[in-house]
Amino acid sequence: MINNYMAIIFLDESLDNIRSLTKMRPLASVPAGGTYRIIDFALSNLVNAGIRNVGIFAGNEDLNSLTDHIGRGAEWDLDRKKDGIFMFKQMADSSYTTNIKRVKKNMEYFFRSKQENVVVLSSHMVCNLDVKDVIKHHEESGRDITLVYKKVNNANERFDNCDSVKIGENNEVLGIGQNLFFKKDENISMEAFIMSKELLIKMICDGIQEGVYYTVRDLVTRNVGRVSINGYEFKGYLSCVNSTKEYFDFNMDLLKKEVREDIFIKERSIYTKTKDTPPSLFKEGAEVNNSLIANGCILGGNVKNSILARGAVVEAGAEVENCILLQDCVVKSGAVLKNIIVDKNNVINSNEKLSASRNYPLVIEKSIKWDDKQYKNLLAYLEGANK
Amino acid sequence: MKKNIIAMLLAGGQGSRLKKLTEKIAKPAVSFGGKYRIIDFTLSNCSNSGIDTVGVLTQYEPHILNEHIGSGSPWDLDRMNGGVTVLQPHTKKNDGGGWYKGTANAIYQNISFIDKYEPEHVLILSGDHIYKMDYDKMLKFHIEKDADATIGVFNVPLKDAPSFGIMNTNEDYSIYEFEEKPKEPKSTLASMGIYIFKWSVLKKYLIEDEQDSTSSNDFGKNIIPNLLNDKMKLFAYPFEGYWKDVGTIDSFWEAHMDLLKEDNELNLFDKSWKINTRQGVYPPLYVSDEARVINSLVEKGCEIEGEVKNSIIFPGVKIGKNSKIFNSVIMPNTTIEENVIINKAILAEDVVIEKNTVVGDNEEIVVIGAGEIIKSNAVK
Repeated sequence: MINNYMAIIFLDESLDNIRSLTKMRPLASVPAGGTYRIIDFALSNLVNAGIRNVGIFAGNEDLNSLTDHIGRGAEWDLDRKKDGIFMFKQMADSSYTTNIKRVKKNMEYFFRSKQENVVVLSSHMVCNLDVKDVIKHHEESGRDITLVYKKVNNANERFDNCDSVKIGENNEVLGIGQNLFFKKDENISMEAFIMSKELLIKMICDGIQEGVYYTVRDLVTRNVGRVSINGYEFKGYLSCVNSTKEYFDFNMDLLKKEVREDIFIKERSIYTKTKDTPPSLFKEGAEVNNSLIANGCILGGNVKNSILARGAVVEAGAEVENCILLQDCVVKSGAVLKNIIVDKNNVINSNEKLSASRNYPLVIEKSIKWDDKQYKNLLAYLEGANK
Repeated sequence: MKKNIIAMLLAGGQGSRLKKLTEKIAKPAVSFGGKYRIIDFTLSNCSNSGIDTVGVLTQYEPHILNEHIGSGSPWDLDRMNGGVTVLQPHTKKNDGGGWYKGTANAIYQNISFIDKYEPEHVLILSGDHIYKMDYDKMLKFHIEKDADATIGVFNVPLKDAPSFGIMNTNEDYSIYEFEEKPKEPKSTLASMGIYIFKWSVLKKYLIEDEQDSTSSNDFGKNIIPNLLNDKMKLFAYPFEGYWKDVGTIDSFWEAHMDLLKEDNELNLFDKSWKINTRQGVYPPLYVSDEARVINSLVEKGCEIEGEVKNSIIFPGVKIGKNSKIFNSVIMPNTTIEENVIINKAILAEDVVIEKNTVVGDNEEIVVIGAGEIIKSNAVK
């Protein structure tokens, strides 16, 4: 059954509300939850279901960070001779344009893959989804497409820019619209679909003939009424990481026991690229509470309600509260941080005090401090060589 | 295929002095340092030293060790030409085979493996020591001295010298005498069990040693004394830095406590000499509101709700509310329920300590074996 399914992950999310973290990387490779990147969740969901052929459809973003993270796909067991992981550029884009090259590349990938069905996921919908169960229900329903949705009661606070779904009898999808952000109860589309490869290709062709190329999400919306769509209700934890606020909230949600128990299930682990960092060192005087700590951290100060990525250092006398510290950040002694997201490699100097509100968390952007030192050295070398 | 140097890593030891920790697991595979296994230090030293061909000789309870080594990818030893090869005792035509009789016999039985790489030099290592060492520097010393054999030595305190093999050297570090556990040591240069040999020389001595039916086929007892008797060129290579044989419960526990010392010499956080290991999949570590963790190393996948002090906690360990862990080593996936006090203990993998239990009293080191379940209200 599973052998007959391939998958694509679309990176067509809007980045308008999460610019400070996506300046130098696609949203898919934004670090989250201490050791993960956003895409790890979608990738792990597919792999845990037994899917072995995954295409990542990216737009025009700079993919260096993502290709570095995924490599040959070994961490997800996708470093395979037959099938495995494929990365395609200029295949997903939120702009509605026809690009024949893009379509040709699509077709080639689909025709070269021998599986007859496709699972489509969006990387910014972060959850632990049992894809095997969705496939089972899809096959049982006998409908053309299965769409995964979640019934939420906070659609007025979260899930901005998401689709809302109208569900009829026998889980049939009657309509797909937009979450208007004023009703609490909504069925939020997880932008996850299952259909036959044939139908997907036909929908793409129809789109081209009508002069526009759509993302899968839009193709499905256009085809409500023309094909039968089955709704699959997902009951676990879901976050749509499409803004800085949602990013912050998702990380903070991981401090709740019930969310961790839902996301980090032993039978369906979330995989990520591992590094050989040592265990984290809690020094004499460290005071760490309600926090998620990755490997290789050195903690001497106070850390409260925070998420620390690999290699973060909080010196004695520093205070960090409701913060997300990404890889190799250093918070020097005496510094105080509250509601701050500190991107990779940054050093917060002694006695600096930064505070933001929970609703508007502040992002300290990724430091490129390596180059000022290296450029200085290079300049000194060049000047020395000219004498 | 020709290599300048290849390493042969002796990893077959039973390690019976580690008692319960090696009941079902070879000593080099015993967990160490919060996420590693003992053999990771030697394997990482090899790859960090630029040695890309390593034969690992296994014998006793090899399953976990074999699985851990696998293709060698954690140490970048999954090479097309060379890499890591597990060498188990095997049968040759019509001889019925046999276990490795001693360290020298283990290498003798694998002469054909070594010959395949036509190495100039062979590095012999033990898989049960904790240290970081650049073997390339030792090789450079060995080549500069044009030595037939170079032996890594570590300066031990005089009072400890009688329990080691001691090398007596001239000023240029040439060895004129080797004494196994001397009562009145003339020097404090203890053999670390690390040897570099010219392969042509070692091969000849291994073959001769095998023909001597009175020999115990051991490097320390036979090969090195024979080389000295024949006036071959032997040099001692002094190693400075942290080195520890973790062969006893006491030294194993002490080595863990050493890791918690401020600016300890082993420094696992040194990015220029990383220790690599095969890792499981775990989420980051969670420290709850009630928890208190100080002067401790804690690995991913743990959930800490109690108090942890001066301890090393491996991945996947759960520590319940009101439990106190002091001066202890807690290995992977162990569960400690609520109201437990553990003081100066080593808990192996998958142990369960039920609630309201006391383990250890900060006197003798208590060892709980893998998979043991300690019932509620117990005192151990």
